[in-house]
Amino acid sequence: MAHPILSISNLNTSFRVGGEWRNVVRDVSFDIRPKETVTVVGESGSGKSVTAMSIMRLLPPASSRVTGRVDFEGKNLLDLPLDAMQSIRGNRIGMIFQEPMTSLNPVLKIGRQITEVLVQHRGMSHTEAEAEAVRLLEKVRIPSAKSRLNEYPMNFSGGMRQRVVIAIALACDPKLLIADEPTTALDVTIQAQILELIKALQEEEGMSVLFITHDMGVVAEISDRTVVMYRGEAVETGTTRQIFAGAKHPYTRALLSAVPQLGSMTGLDRPLRFPQVDMTTGGIQPVRPTADTVRRDAAPILNVDGLVTRFDIRRGFLRRTVGRIHAVEGVSLQLRQGETLSLVGESGCGKSTAGRSIIRLTDAKSGTIEIDGKNVLEAGRSQLADIRREAQMIFQDPFESLNPRIRIGDAIAEPIVIHGLADAAEAKERVAELLERVGLSASMADRFPHEFSGGQRQRVCIARALALEPKLIIADESVSALDVSVKAQVINLMLDLQEKYGLGYLFISHDMAVVERISHRVAVMYLGEIVEMGPRRAVFENPQHDYTKRLMAAVPIADPSRRQMRRISNDEIGSPFRPVDYVPPKRSYRQAGEGHFFQVA
Amino acid sequence: MSGYLLSRSIQTVLTLLVMSVLVFAGLYLVGNPVDVLLSSTATPTERLEVIRSFGLDKPVWEQYWLFLTRALSGDLGNSFVFNQPALKLILNRMPATLELAFVALVIGLVFGIPLGVYAGLKPKSLVSKSVMTFSILGFSLPTFWIGLVMVMLFSVQLGWLPASGRGDTVPVFGVPVSLFTLDGLSHLLLPALNLALFKISLIIRLTRAGVIETMQLDFVRFARAKGLPERRIVTVHVLKNTLIPLITVIGLELGSLIAFAVVTETIFAWPGMGKLIIDAIAVLDRPVILAYLMITVVMFSVINLLVDILYSIVDPRVRLEGNS
Repeated sequence: MAHPILSISNLNTSFRVGGEWRNVVRDVSFDIRPKETVTVVGESGSGKSVTAMSIMRLLPPASSRVTGRVDFEGKNLLDLPLDAMQSIRGNRIGMIFQEPMTSLNPVLKIGRQITEVLVQHRGMSHTEAEAEAVRLLEKVRIPSAKSRLNEYPMNFSGGMRQRVVIAIALACDPKLLIADEPTTALDVTIQAQILELIKALQEEEGMSVLFITHDMGVVAEISDRTVVMYRGEAVETGTTRQIFAGAKHPYTRALLSAVPQLGSMTGLDRPLRFPQVDMTTGGIQPVRPTADTVRRDAAPILNVDGLVTRFDIRRGFLRRTVGRIHAVEGVSLQLRQGETLSLVGESGCGKSTAGRSIIRLTDAKSGTIEIDGKNVLEAGRSQLADIRREAQMIFQDPFESLNPRIRIGDAIAEPIVIHGLADAAEAKERVAELLERVGLSASMADRFPHEFSGGQRQRVCIARALALEPKLIIADESVSALDVSVKAQVINLMLDLQEKYGLGYLFISHDMAVVERISHRVAVMYLGEIVEMGPRRAVFENPQHDYTKRLMAAVPIADPSRRQMRRISNDEIGSPFRPVDYVPPKRSYRQAGEGHFFQVA
Repeated sequence: MSGYLLSRSIQTVLTLLVMSVLVFAGLYLVGNPVDVLLSSTATPTERLEVIRSFGLDKPVWEQYWLFLTRALSGDLGNSFVFNQPALKLILNRMPATLELAFVALVIGLVFGIPLGVYAGLKPKSLVSKSVMTFSILGFSLPTFWIGLVMVMLFSVQLGWLPASGRGDTVPVFGVPVSLFTLDGLSHLLLPALNLALFKISLIIRLTRAGVIETMQLDFVRFARAKGLPERRIVTVHVLKNTLIPLITVIGLELGSLIAFAVVTETIFAWPGMGKLIIDAIAVLDRPVILAYLMITVVMFSVINLLVDILYSIVDPRVRLEGNS
């Protein structure tokens, strides 16, 4: 077995919080061998990112303490003086971070941000460095690299910025690349491109990769060996195949069972709960199948026809309209009670705008919307209030959608009191009941939002949405910000509530695997239009539109044995910005099966 | 760009119009300059004569209209007191004030930015804490008081520096400047320092806040991961981002330095515009007040324009827009 290039032994990291030292990484040890990809996987707060930062010694020295050994090229990195460490960072070890939008300095040209590394570590002159920068940009597949050197980060899309960041990290041919959640902030097709790029570059350069992620799909896709972290400890280490085939630690098994796997629903018609794992024994409880909740006999609760939402882009002294964002263009859909319709697509496809337009949080330009038979777009003030009782919205960020200074009991009671459904005393009882219903306890009503975890907060948001006993819930990326195990719990809760109250869900998400789990029907959006819509099984098992196929192919599959070198196109996601005189073409749809339609060009 | 300049010029002209109406109406309400200017022994005939010669016998809107039509040809009227064109009076005094303001600004930047950066990088060190205490003093002590203390200490007690006047000047492109003679410099030092004290404090606090904020950002962490030395991270990556908010404030402050250096000019008997305007207000010398305020408006507009242009150079995310 080859000698490891990086060897971590008994790494301990603590932070000073208030006056006390809190240990956030405990006794972590693992090796990385030449040309190997090791993934550290875990949920938020597991210490995985802190481990990476400890290796690079990027934690603030005043408030953190790192002990143990990190051996790299015959030196213990933890003992090196700072200037010696600086000659390793970016030179022998490259590092990239999660947020490509903020990793680059917004006021410096791209070229300069690349060349400064070359000048620093490889002692190049400015002209040499510039030529090398062009070569590096070409290496990360950025088209017309030379002309882009003089541009600023704002002119690059998220995926392109991450390519630039990778180019910088690889500028000095490092032996090791540390990638901390490098694709988490990216759309799934872009994520697939970046993963592909990292794999290809690794082969070209023969370097090792330490990959930090929370996404089991990404793990299965790229890693040779995997370290599972849980609450600061490495609970399981092994080859990726071993871990996926037979995890030993209960936490690993819980994590794996909570991972929504694309394709796991093949042959099933109805949504399916996630299995729950007993954390002490690691035993997996069998899932209870969902009942058939769709009310096919009643009229649809939501009926949208030809919805159009556009935003004018104005410029100049006279604020003339120079173009429009065609955010939603001719969207039509129906949703029955007890049914879940998912709107899927990548950032900028208009799925959130569509959701907001439906309950008039954003003004639509034209179309008709009926909720429970009532016309939304022509409703007056009081009618609109009534309609919003029927249709509630849950947002992505459970922290930002709760006022930090209002006790959650009051937050949940507010809509009940405002709509005059109950007086203060009754409202209090209702709040207690609602909290129990979403799996929290009634005694929590007096707490403030910051006293809850992310998953609990999202439960509070759901309780608040349920307070008015709506028939329709629009869930905009409601589980996207949650850890996998919490995500699974919230999805299970949503399915329970649907069974109990016959709720209709308009589930807006970019996460194909979750969508597969929860939906009855699926609508795929691209640049403001629905390109394919149909029963979930039909869309997932027999996708018709090119974009749907591309989207499916890009989703990482949490199964290393199904790993494949896919050919991913290097296309960027298009822009829905159009000139003023743009007339949207008349779209025609073809039927592929019962209720399954797709757009034909 | 040309569209942008055009729209900015139109804005300036509109501001000038509004301002002149306000000043006209305001001064009309405050009182009659003739009462202030004429001695109590003047006869009614003399009185009428003066009123007519100032054009004050006409209704106020007609006076305004006259002022406006003359202003378009560059004539802002004659001073009631000196009987000279108001514009010329002010322009004669302007170089002294400009010189004082620029020197004060340079002192503010030279001391403010490095001290602010240091305080931002090491907020807990003793030096930073003393710097911040100093900046609170600079903010809160009244300028006139510090000016008087400076005169007492450096001129009266120690006798190191002169207490009043401009000293020797040399003409640069026909404009007298004190900056290039030793005597002039010694006269300039105290008032400029006095004026700069508040600016130093302001710049220290702004720079410190900017540096602390920028040091937390992701790209600084990434710059460290690139292996760049801390020195380069601060001077290249952090400083340029910190400058962005600073430029706006410095621009506005430069305007107020020039326009309102009155107190300092009075204490150090600096022959600038500030002294002139105070005297003009005391005797309701309307042409001078108007001309002074119009110059101030134009100056603020030009400085703001420069700030915006500078801003767009430093921050590529800002684009100047106009109807082109």
